[in-house]
Parts: sequence; structure tokens; C-alpha cells
Amino acid sequence: MKNLSKIRLILIIISVIIGIVYALPNFFNTSQQIKSFNFLPGKKINLGLDLQGGSYLLLKADMDVVFAEKLDTLLSDIRSSLRKSKIGYKKLSIQNDVISFQKRGETSNEKIKSVLFSLDKNLILENKLDSFFIKFSDQNKKNITKTTMAQAIEIVRRRIDETGTNEPSIQQQGADRIIVQLPGLDDPSRIKKLLGKTAKLTFQLAHPTISPDDLDINSKAPPGFVKLQEDKNPDRFYMINKRVMVSGEMLKDASPTFDRNNSPSVSFQLSPLGGKKFGRVTGKHIGRAFAIVLDGKVVSAPVIQTQIFSTGQITGAFSVQETNDLALVLRSGALPAPMVILEERSVGPGLGSDSISAGKIASVFGLIAVMIFMLITYGMFGVFANVALICNIVFIIALLSLIQATLTLPGIAGIVLTMGMAVDANVLIFERIKEEFNSGRNILDAIEAGFQRAISTIVDANLTTLFAALALFSFGSGPIKGFSVTLMIGIATSMFTAIVITKYIVFLYSKKKDINSVFLQG
Amino acid sequence: MKLLRLIPNNTNFDFLRIKVIAFFFSLIILSGTFISLMVNNLNYGIDFKGGILLELRSKNTNSPNINELREKISTLNAGEVSIQNFGKDTDFLVRIQKQEGDQKEQIAMIEKVKSLTDKDYTVRRSEFVGPVVGDELKTAGIYSVLLALISIMIYIWFRFEWQFSIAAILALIHDVLTTVGLFSILQLEFNLATIAAILTTAGYSINDTVVIFDRVRENLRRYKSKTHYFIYNKSINETLSRTVITSVTTLLALFIIFFFGGAVLSDFALAMIWGVVIGTFSSIFVAVSLLTYFNINKGEKVDDRTNVPEYEREN
Repeated sequence: MKNLSKIRLILIIISVIIGIVYALPNFFNTSQQIKSFNFLPGKKINLGLDLQGGSYLLLKADMDVVFAEKLDTLLSDIRSSLRKSKIGYKKLSIQNDVISFQKRGETSNEKIKSVLFSLDKNLILENKLDSFFIKFSDQNKKNITKTTMAQAIEIVRRRIDETGTNEPSIQQQGADRIIVQLPGLDDPSRIKKLLGKTAKLTFQLAHPTISPDDLDINSKAPPGFVKLQEDKNPDRFYMINKRVMVSGEMLKDASPTFDRNNSPSVSFQLSPLGGKKFGRVTGKHIGRAFAIVLDGKVVSAPVIQTQIFSTGQITGAFSVQETNDLALVLRSGALPAPMVILEERSVGPGLGSDSISAGKIASVFGLIAVMIFMLITYGMFGVFANVALICNIVFIIALLSLIQATLTLPGIAGIVLTMGMAVDANVLIFERIKEEFNSGRNILDAIEAGFQRAISTIVDANLTTLFAALALFSFGSGPIKGFSVTLMIGIATSMFTAIVITKYIVFLYSKKKDINSVFLQG
Repeated sequence: MKLLRLIPNNTNFDFLRIKVIAFFFSLIILSGTFISLMVNNLNYGIDFKGGILLELRSKNTNSPNINELREKISTLNAGEVSIQNFGKDTDFLVRIQKQEGDQKEQIAMIEKVKSLTDKDYTVRRSEFVGPVVGDELKTAGIYSVLLALISIMIYIWFRFEWQFSIAAILALIHDVLTTVGLFSILQLEFNLATIAAILTTAGYSINDTVVIFDRVRENLRRYKSKTHYFIYNKSINETLSRTVITSVTTLLALFIIFFFGGAVLSDFALAMIWGVVIGTFSSIFVAVSLLTYFNINKGEKVDDRTNVPEYEREN
């Protein structure tokens, strides 16, 4: 028979050996065993967070806050370039995300427009008589989002790295989201706390005469000042000068320490530039309260005793853990946007390992059950189908390891399900052979015809299933994606094993033996 | 050794004779689905609804007390809370509705439950899904099911005739709807895994349908002088043994996942068990029965004799 070429046999054997080599590392548990099989090229399959335990966080950058900040910046830029170009204006203000002003004097509208566009050519500019309206275009917003996200991911990574979490994965998703995966960490509350702070640190002078004792929730701020809450005591307010003297970007280092009274505090070191500024301000305002503002709240407002240059201490009613975290977020830099947690999934190691062992048991039992069934249904041919099934499983495991796909619990279910469905190709072939035989062909012709005819059915049937699996893949949420990948791989390998391996074995067997009797039992 | 034979050789059941009964049966489960959807709706899990889920295991294995846990958690005033046993006596699933306020409140609630139950329970899993994500997942789920249906329809149209593709897709919609119905009637949690189960079921069912259609197509060419009715029945009968055997092996695998795969997978397996049963049913009684309402052309050209063995050629 033409199908029994040596080359075919060699190719089958090679593919099976490659399969075994790549699948093998998954069957060693201890590092000792892995070490002694170091020569194997493959790696173990990646286990999903639901199996190895760990946390998944989906974060979203609150871009509206950033847009508002950038609009503020744009407002001051507009103010200074109008002044520089000696263009008179009035009522320069922001309302509903739109900057507006009215011109004064005789400057031509065209001139004003060109000044404004020189700031950013993507701005949307409207002009009615003497009034001008400026807002961000989608392109502006896109650019802002892009740079913000690049920074945000960097800062998120630094903060997580500083906690010493193992192999965290941090990736952007969509325009303004970040997926954080933390294998092995089943309680992400510290990470959440760290990411919950933008950690924008500023040093601003307090009002020279209005003290916190004079303020309550209804007090109004005089021009140039802003009323800010105290960090630890929301009922206490400070009147703070809007002007930022020194900001967190000028920090060089921060570390947790204790102050003179032995209470936890954070010491910081400023960059040379920051130190110069800090020295100038503290030298000029001895006796004034200098507020340390973190994320819009006053941590403390110590009175300046002497001129201070590059190092200082942040004191407040901190716990040791809080000073650790504060120092960490200050070191890693401020997040450019507040992060909102959209989704969180954490699996403890107990559940993970339970799931793995349940998955193992289900796989082994599933395999045994299907094999027994095939054996009692098809006899010797059942044995062939079972050989194909085992090859199939080896291939699935090998491919999953090779492409380093992530195996999830639904993925294990996918493998078990594939065992049930993988024999389908063999069933189709065997049933067809039987039919051909029963309608009068001799057994060898029946086998030949059976394979030939069943193949088109197998391809059609499996391709349609593949479409369903692809749709599932496009749906694309973590565990489900893992399931669809195993399903797709299972479809491909089951077609290969049935069409190539079973076929070869059956032909080989039929050549060597008179199989009429075997096949017709039952 | 005597081999197992689930279906005897050369069966000759008149499946299409009972197609009206089968349609009636489909009609009943479909109306059951719609009524249940209207009355019960679906028991959306937090994947789609948003909210908080915690899986707790009692440290005290002797007397885990669900009422005590209920009482404890009710002190949090967290709104709608459901607590149920999960797989084992010592394991509990706590679901808490989305909290008023922003994401911080949600996170805070998880922490509250954790610290409250810290002494007697270990947290095996905690999940929080914000409403935005929930809505997105819902949309993505619907789209992926539609995408699967449409791509399957196009493929079958391409490989067979348009009539086949209509019949197959109606059978698939039947399967998808009744699986959703099962979740509504039993009030099982409808979550991401359910979507996976539905799509896998769809894949299985279409597989079954295609195998039978393939035979119908072949037989249409082969038996030009016979009626469609005869051809359809013959095709179902010829493929019956395969249909049953594959269903059995798949069901074997699924029952094993159901019983041994752990509590997380049991609903998933249940959905697919139902899907395999209903998918097999619909391939025969919906897909093929629907074909009888089309007048499918048997082809103009002379029999492709090479495709038909000599002893079977009829004149």
C-alpha cells in the first residue's frame, strides 16, 4: 500500500519524539528532577493565575483629571504668550473644558489665531467677534493619553518592583488601561494602596495670618490661595498659597526614618536644583508655615525654623508601614494620572493547587474512561485510536509548552473535553470503514475508501468547530482565552493524529494480518 | 472478545416521521426559555453584573456554620449579599452587590469582609468587577457568540448550499437559546465560563450537523431517483452510530469534569453536558428536519460515478 512509505513512518516517529521531548518537562515537579533533565529544550507550560495563585488587576487612568490639568497649563501658556505678543485680553477663563477670552484693543483676529496655534497646531479654535474659544481636539487628547500612559506604566512598574513581587507583568490594554498580573501574590491590598496614590508632592507656603484654627468647612479662600484638608484629619483645613515652591519631581531620594520624637517619618533628599530653590524659599520665609501637600491634602505644615537646603523630613501622624509606602511612592515618582481599579481577581495558593489536582484527576479519569470505551467498542481498532489519543495529548502538551500558552482551569477542561472529541475523527473513519465493508467491499478496500471519504467530513466538521474556538479567542478574557487556545490546539492535533497516525497504524496492521475477523466482531 | 455495539448496523429508523413531535418539543423548551427569561431573567455573575465575590474556607473543619457567617457579614450592611456552600461543607461563596460610591468603596468592602472573617476563614479567592467592565464583558460575550454563528453560517454556505447554512444556523440558535434557558430555569450563575460553554457547545453541535449534512450531500448525488425524505432519513441512519459514539465519549469526558473537576468547573461542565445532548438532538431533528422544507437541487450533472462504488450504482 502506497501509504506505508518509510519516509512517512520516519516523519511520524520524529514528530512524536519531538512531542515527547517538549511535553516531558511538564511531568517533573521538583527542581531536582528538572535539573537532571536540563538538556531538554522545552519549558513547562505557563500556569494561569487561577492555577498558580496570584492577582490580576485592571487599572484605568482617570484621563479627565489629566485633561483638566493640561487645560490649566494651556491657560497659563495662553496668558503668557498673549502678554508676550502684547495682545490685550480679558475674561480669560475655563468653563466646561473650554478656555475662553475676549480680546481688547485692535489686534487682528488672524494674529491672535496664529499666536494660539503656535502653542499647539492641533487645538480646536473658534472665534466669534471678539471672543475666542479654545479646546483640545481628539488628536490632542490622544497624544496626552499616549504620553500619560507611557509614564504611568513606568511608574506602576517601579512601584511594584520596589515591593519585590516576583515576575510581575504590566501591560497596557486599550487606550487608557493597564493590566497588572502578580503571580503568587494572593492579597494585593498593599499594591492597591501603593497604586491608589498618585503621590504628587508639593511644598507650598501657608497663609501668613490665617491659621487652621480660624478655618472650617465653610471658609472661603482669598485670591491666590486654596483651602486644603489635612491628610489625617478631614475636619482640619489649611489656607495654602497656590504657588508651588518645590515639587516632587525635584526629589532625588526618600527613605523611611524616625524624627526626633522617635515617631515614624520620611526623610528626603532634593536634586541640586530643588535644593537651591528650597534653600531660597526657606531662607526668605523663616517663621512661616511651609505646607507639605500630598495629592491635594496637607500632610503637615511645620514652621520654618532655619534655612534648609537639600534634605528634610516629612513628619505627620504616620505608622511605620505608611512611611515605608510613602517613601516608596515618592522614590518611584508621581503617577501622571490617578488610577482607578476596574477589576480585581485574586486566587490564593490553596485554591490554585486544589484546581490543579482536580484538573489532573479529571484528565486521568477522562483519558481512562474514553480509552476503555474505545477499546470495548472497536477492539483492536480501539487500541489504534487510543494510541492516537495518547499521541494527541502529548502533542497538545508539547504545543502548549512550545508556544508558552497560559494554561488555565477552563483550559484543563478544554483538554479533557478534547479527549472526548478527539476520538471523533477516529470514530468517523472506523464507522465509514465498517459501512464500506458492510456494503460488500473487501476489508482492505474498505479501509482505503473509509479513510479517503471520512477525511473531507473530518475537515469540514473540525473547521466549523475551529470557528467557534476563534470567536471564543476573540472574546479574549484571561481564562477563557486559555480555554480557546487549548481547544484550537486540540482540534488541530486530533486531525493530525487521526489522519496521519491512526491511518498509518491501521494500514500497517491490515497489511500484516488478516483483520476481517477482528473488525467484524460485535 | 465481544465488542460493544451501541447502534446496530444498518438501522432504518424513520426519524423524519416524528419531526413534528420533535419540533413541538423544541417549541416547548424554547418557550420555557423565553418565559423563564422574562420571569427569572438570568442569574448574572459578577463578571457581567459587577460586584464582589469571595470564596472562603472555614479554618474550623468540624462545624463550619453558614448562619454564623451570614450574621457576621450582615453587620457590614453591604446591601444584597448571597452566601452559599461551594463544593465542600467548609467552603463558602460570598457574593456582595456593587457598593454605592466609587471603586474605592468596592475595594474597601473586600478588605472589610477579609478582616471580619480573618480569624475563622481563609480567603481562597476574591474578585471584584467594576460595572464598566461588566458591561463591556457582556457586550463582548454577545458579539463573540454572534461572530461564531455568522462565521459558521458563511463557511457552511460556502461548502454546501445556502439551504444547509440556514438550517444549520437555526439549529445552532436553538442550541444557544436553550442553553441560556437552562441557566435561567435552574438559576445557575451566568458568567464568563458560561459563554465559553455556550460557544463550545455551538462548536460541538455544528460538528455533528456538518457530519450529517456531509452525508446528505453525498447521498443526494448518489441516489438521484430517491425522494429527499428517503435520502435525509438514510443519511441520519448511516451516521447514527458515529453520532452516538462521539456523544458518549464527549459526555464521558464532561461527566468526569462535572464530578472530579472541582466546584469551579461543575456549572461549566453541566452547561456543556446539556449542550451536547441538545446539540445532538438539534442536528438530527432541527437541522435535517428543516432541510425537508427546502427543495434542494440534487444537481444537474450525471452522477459522479467515480464517487459511488459499482455495487451501489443504481439505474
